[in-house]
Amino acid sequence: MTDSHAATQHGPELLHHFADEEQQRNSASLGMWLFLGTEIMFFGGMFLAYLVYRLNYFESFAASSRSIAVPLGAINTAVLLCSSLTVVLAVRAAQMGKRKLLIWMLILTLIFGLAFLAIKGVEWHEKYEEHHIPGNFMGRAFDVSDIQRDFPKLHVDPQHAQIFFSLYFALTGIHALHMIVGVGIFLWLIYKAWKGDFGPKYYTPVEIGGLYWHFVDVVWIYLFPLLYLIDRKPL
Amino acid sequence: MFESFPLWPQRASTIAGQVDALYVFLVLLSLFMTAAIFTMILIFAIRYRRRPGVQAEQIEGSHKLEITWSIVPMGVFMVIFFWSAIIFFKQRTPPDGAGTVYVVAKQWMWKLQHEEGQREINQLHIPVGKDIKLIMTSQDVIHSFYVPAFRIKQDVLPGRYTTTWFHATKAGTYHLFCAEYCGTQHSGMIGQVVVMEPAEYQAWLSGGGVTQSLAQTGETMFQQLGCATCHRTDGQGRGPNLAGLYGSKVTLVDGRTLTADENYIRESILVPGVKIVSGFQPVMPVFQGLVTEEQLNSLIAYVKSLNPPPSGTAGTPSGVPAGAKLGEGQVQ
Amino acid sequence: MATAAIAPEREDYLNKEYGIRSWLLTVDHKRIALLYLISITLFFFIGGFFALLIRLELLTPAGDLVQADTYNKLFTMHGQVMVFFFLIPSIPAVLGNFLVPIMIGAKDLAFPRINLLSWYLYIAGGALMLYAILSGGVDTGWTFYTPLSTSFSNTHVVTAGLGIFINGFSSILTGLNFVVTVHRMRAPGMTWSRLPLFIWAHYATSIVMLLGTPVIAVTLVLVVLERTLHLGIFDPRLGGDPLLFQHLFWFYSHPAVYIMILPSMGVVSEVMACFTRKRIFGYTFVAMSSIAIAVFGFLVWAHHMFVAGMSMYAALVFSILSYLVAVPSAIKVFNWTATMFKGSISFDTPMLYALGFVGLFTIGGLTGLFLAALGLDVHVTDTYFVVAHFHYVMVGGAVMGYMAGMHFWWPKISGRMYPDSWGRLAALIVFVGFNLTFFPQFVLGYMGMPRRYWDYSHSPEFQVLNVLSTAGATILAVGYLLPMVYFLWSMRYGKPAPANPWGASGLEWMTQSPPTTFNFDETPQVTWEAYDYENIPAPVPEEAFGD
Repeated sequence: MTDSHAATQHGPELLHHFADEEQQRNSASLGMWLFLGTEIMFFGGMFLAYLVYRLNYFESFAASSRSIAVPLGAINTAVLLCSSLTVVLAVRAAQMGKRKLLIWMLILTLIFGLAFLAIKGVEWHEKYEEHHIPGNFMGRAFDVSDIQRDFPKLHVDPQHAQIFFSLYFALTGIHALHMIVGVGIFLWLIYKAWKGDFGPKYYTPVEIGGLYWHFVDVVWIYLFPLLYLIDRKPL
Repeated sequence: MFESFPLWPQRASTIAGQVDALYVFLVLLSLFMTAAIFTMILIFAIRYRRRPGVQAEQIEGSHKLEITWSIVPMGVFMVIFFWSAIIFFKQRTPPDGAGTVYVVAKQWMWKLQHEEGQREINQLHIPVGKDIKLIMTSQDVIHSFYVPAFRIKQDVLPGRYTTTWFHATKAGTYHLFCAEYCGTQHSGMIGQVVVMEPAEYQAWLSGGGVTQSLAQTGETMFQQLGCATCHRTDGQGRGPNLAGLYGSKVTLVDGRTLTADENYIRESILVPGVKIVSGFQPVMPVFQGLVTEEQLNSLIAYVKSLNPPPSGTAGTPSGVPAGAKLGEGQVQ
Repeated sequence: MATAAIAPEREDYLNKEYGIRSWLLTVDHKRIALLYLISITLFFFIGGFFALLIRLELLTPAGDLVQADTYNKLFTMHGQVMVFFFLIPSIPAVLGNFLVPIMIGAKDLAFPRINLLSWYLYIAGGALMLYAILSGGVDTGWTFYTPLSTSFSNTHVVTAGLGIFINGFSSILTGLNFVVTVHRMRAPGMTWSRLPLFIWAHYATSIVMLLGTPVIAVTLVLVVLERTLHLGIFDPRLGGDPLLFQHLFWFYSHPAVYIMILPSMGVVSEVMACFTRKRIFGYTFVAMSSIAIAVFGFLVWAHHMFVAGMSMYAALVFSILSYLVAVPSAIKVFNWTATMFKGSISFDTPMLYALGFVGLFTIGGLTGLFLAALGLDVHVTDTYFVVAHFHYVMVGGAVMGYMAGMHFWWPKISGRMYPDSWGRLAALIVFVGFNLTFFPQFVLGYMGMPRRYWDYSHSPEFQVLNVLSTAGATILAVGYLLPMVYFLWSMRYGKPAPANPWGASGLEWMTQSPPTTFNFDETPQVTWEAYDYENIPAPVPEEAFGD
């Protein structure tokens, strides 16, 4: 069998079944975009459930959404937006062959991601304290009488409020899971960058890892208004 | 024709013949298409079997054929669609003035409450020649009320009412099946619909020792649960006057309007805070968990009986509410 | 003593390396296809065994073979195993994996390691499913309707749900691999309009896999969460909506049936072109119909819910859309039939299965029209009429297509010929057994026999047709066992296959049988149209066949 690639110059990263690096890069990129498309469908199911119940159980949902902390959510939004900036800068650094800058940008992104998760943990802990975790989590029974007291004019049905919080935890929980995967990916990218594997000729993993990170960011950009912000006018 | 042909159940309702007609049309259409395709394949298989020295002729296609065999089937499909949609519309639209039977499904039995007060389990006695509407709910999982002889089927859901209706045309006893898998004894959740001549049916009605109609039972409940305290008829109550409520348009505090159907009344009893009527306070207690489905049915029957009878009939609020106008409040 | 020179065994993907590690850690799409073949065949027989028990129980009206709960588990697990662990992977994971790269002139799929991961995800999901089966089973019906599945069933719903969830990712990654491969890895000259219809079919299937499967994944997650944490998203007693579950479930599960049928249609196109020695009539229309089916297939899900408590007006919309989606399938049947016109037809085993497909899919598809008809569906939904309809399209359709494909490409995959007379016998047995099993069920359904009934002793009028159906099932079982026997036989004793035993068109037939690991010595440069049968000589019979 003729060793067809011996004749052409390429880095060790070119996998044998690809004709050239451009084909490999384009394939990786298309693959990641398609995967992100599937993720949209995945989150979409939960968004649909949330929208259906928001329409039908408006008062309980509106009241319950007031009880989640906008400041923390806003900080998290800022954190994620900054992290997307550092991701873009990381890709740019790789394109320009600036290894140190690349590593720093990747590390910063990682720190932002971890900060997001930490703040989310604080938020969830607040919910735990307030008895807003559905079911009987660690012995604390779900109880929204505090929300009802805050909004005496509204009817806050405990069952409907429990659905709100179930969807809140499902949505933010699965989002957080995706963040954790993202953190793992970036740890690996930092390691590879440190080893010097990326440069102007080959930085595909940084690019598609970045795509994934941007997507997780975009999901949050939808989650934040839908869960925290909509209809904040006085009830 | 073909009343007891072993290929289909008896036809015992007004809609059965129409469903069967569509079915026969589709069977003939399918037979025709199947025969056509099979015959063409057979003819081609024989005529164009491989023979030495004979080459296949490469034919790219034919736009004309493609358009034809896209448009023609589409046209036929639209005919079928409209025909079946008309039947479906009839199946889903109970006529005004239909008698009502309340059905409560549970694992694994059917409980039925007649307006006249009779209660049955796994059996439904009805008179021939009358429109009967079923208002159904489940106590647990999803079931489905299926009477093959009537060609009707409707899923029965927990937490809400669904309706179906029929007009029996032949006296007899017919299968009642549960048609939505509901657990261990799904195949045992069966019964009979007993269609009787009107005289026999009247005899059956009076034979059971029933003293109260469903609406009367509801009235008793209404008093016992304290509903009458707030839902007064003089306009002074903390709750809306319920006379004339069923089927009317209601405006809520947030401006939404809706039609007061069975589902609305049910929700207003179980979880009143969700829809507060404009001009009233959210002070009604929650009755979820405090009333059974059967009790709910009786309360709803009572509320329906509070509608003024249509002019010309001497309807008595405490008698069989035969004249109660059902209005537009169809439960989908 | 003279030593006869032993010709060195020609290297191919099977003998390149031996040992279990070379198989379990392979990234060769052809070896992965075989790994799938073994695993889906195992699940096919498990699911088939459940079916046999179901049919045995239904021989008599009384529930006397197994208990009610056991019967409910049997039909549940028959459905779950057959749909998720056999039908959905079958053609794409076995034939698709094997053939997609070769047909387009590539050395492998775009992501070979993700391909292997797909198989491991399938195995992981399958292991969970097997655990659920062995530790007591699931009895919710494969449709998992709530609140039965979330709040009432006492069986291993979570385990089965998680098994299917993990298996879903196998599907998603396979679809992703195929789409990227078809977009990026076609050989020079292999334009979209030169692609074999098998590729078009798999491309359309992959779109459905990518967009639909995540929805069932998230639905199962919500069901598992609800069941374990008592959340109330789908349970009315906790404020939830059971119809929301049904919409989410069917949003995937309807397109899923197109995942099952489209690859089969792709196989039929290849087989019919070869055995009529003609380009498929209306190539462009057939290719576009695949895409149309995939797209429209996403718009019709609620035709499973006409009596579920949905609004009448929604039902009207879904009914009319369901008629729309039937049109591209009809177009394909007409085009296949027209392909036979002025062809040069031979009736080898693959062709028999393909013709069987056309006939049975026609019947199955026509009965779909009955179900889309609203007024009629009220009577026949949730009865054996539906059971008959979907078995006609899934077994008479999809499985026949799978068998056609296995018999067509077996020489390429294994390098061996199987005895064609046995193949034809098995095809005939399958055809007869299948019709006897499922045609009576149309009648049973219209007569009013509901589905999922363990005991029908209150309706003894159903028995005769049930007995016929069971008799058919035993015949069908024989028909499915035979290929196992002669395929295995052929691997040891079958005649070595030439590169192109059928005289077929397509890049895969230009490689040796079996192919080498990297498929092509040199990247093909394609200058001809698909189905170039004018320029391909028909095979000479005695050279081609094993008997």
